[in-house]
Amino acid sequence: MSGTALDAAFFVGWMTAAAAAIDREAERLTELDSAIGDADHGTNMQRGFAAVVKVVEAEPPATPGAVLTTAGRQLISSVGGASGPLYGTLLRRTGKTLGDAAQVSAEELRAGLRAGVEAVGQLGGSAPGDKTMLDALVPAVEALAASFEAAAAAAEEGARSTVPMLAKKGRASYLGERSIGHQDPGATSSALLFAALAEVAK
Amino acid sequence: MNGGGEVSGQGPAGGAEALVGVVLVSHSGPVAESVAALAVGLAGGGAKAPVAAAGGTPDGGLGTSAELITEAAHRVDRGAGVALLVDLGSAVLTVKALIAEGDELPEGARLVDAPFVEGAVAAVVTASAGADLDAVAAAAGEAYGYRKE
Repeated sequence: MSGTALDAAFFVGWMTAAAAAIDREAERLTELDSAIGDADHGTNMQRGFAAVVKVVEAEPPATPGAVLTTAGRQLISSVGGASGPLYGTLLRRTGKTLGDAAQVSAEELRAGLRAGVEAVGQLGGSAPGDKTMLDALVPAVEALAASFEAAAAAAEEGARSTVPMLAKKGRASYLGERSIGHQDPGATSSALLFAALAEVAK
Repeated sequence: MNGGGEVSGQGPAGGAEALVGVVLVSHSGPVAESVAALAVGLAGGGAKAPVAAAGGTPDGGLGTSAELITEAAHRVDRGAGVALLVDLGSAVLTVKALIAEGDELPEGARLVDAPFVEGAVAAVVTASAGADLDAVAAAAGEAYGYRKE
């Protein structure tokens, strides 16, 4: 992986690209969620990331860490569903791990994201294979060692791998066997987050 | 109705030690408010602990609001800690995330692992009796043991 230095503007760009990707795919996210959840994932994520963009663009934080902790705080306070605290924790813990450096390397971002993903697993009490966001996030962080594009591809593949899985967490788990055959909405939005990262890294 | 109301909040009586506050977090404003009223009512005349409901979203919909939870926790904080009881899903995750990652909640705020209705009654009764946060949390958690058949 190249030694590019990523600054606060890069992270604001990531959040903006993520919000745009979620806007484009909101309908699909809600559709996936109506199959096995409560049909609000698209609108919840849209509301959350719109709030993130509004804040980081109005008053751009000075460091990569501050961009992500600010974004995480916004998600926790504005989403209104389980994805708020989960994505909020992902970004907040990642941001905290990055500390107050003005620029971070891709390798430092990977270490930060790994801490963030671990925090998500801890918060939700889940592991890969449970048909959750982690099925996209864990392989994405692994693949980030190679490149941003590899991470995006791994996240997308991870999201697709949730189709045959039996849901073990959240509302979908009440469905038991009937959760099989549907792609997990959270893993799908996680893949969008990594697609947006690859897009801004180009 | 946005579920942000305070049901009982006169705090410690006559200069006694500060009481533990209780916050009831539900996906539904009316559920949070009603359980708060039920717990205060069942605690009888001795319901002195400050209790606040944080249910639904600020616009009155179903969901969880970090903002309403934070407001409610500060409203019932008398310095002796705040016990937060939650219903399910995003209510659990939001309170956990606020405690693990944030600085929004008052010092000594704790997620109490308890059944929502029974735990709320136990928490309000014990908090009103002047129990500390550990005892309030233990009493609320013991409500898991009340079998119904």
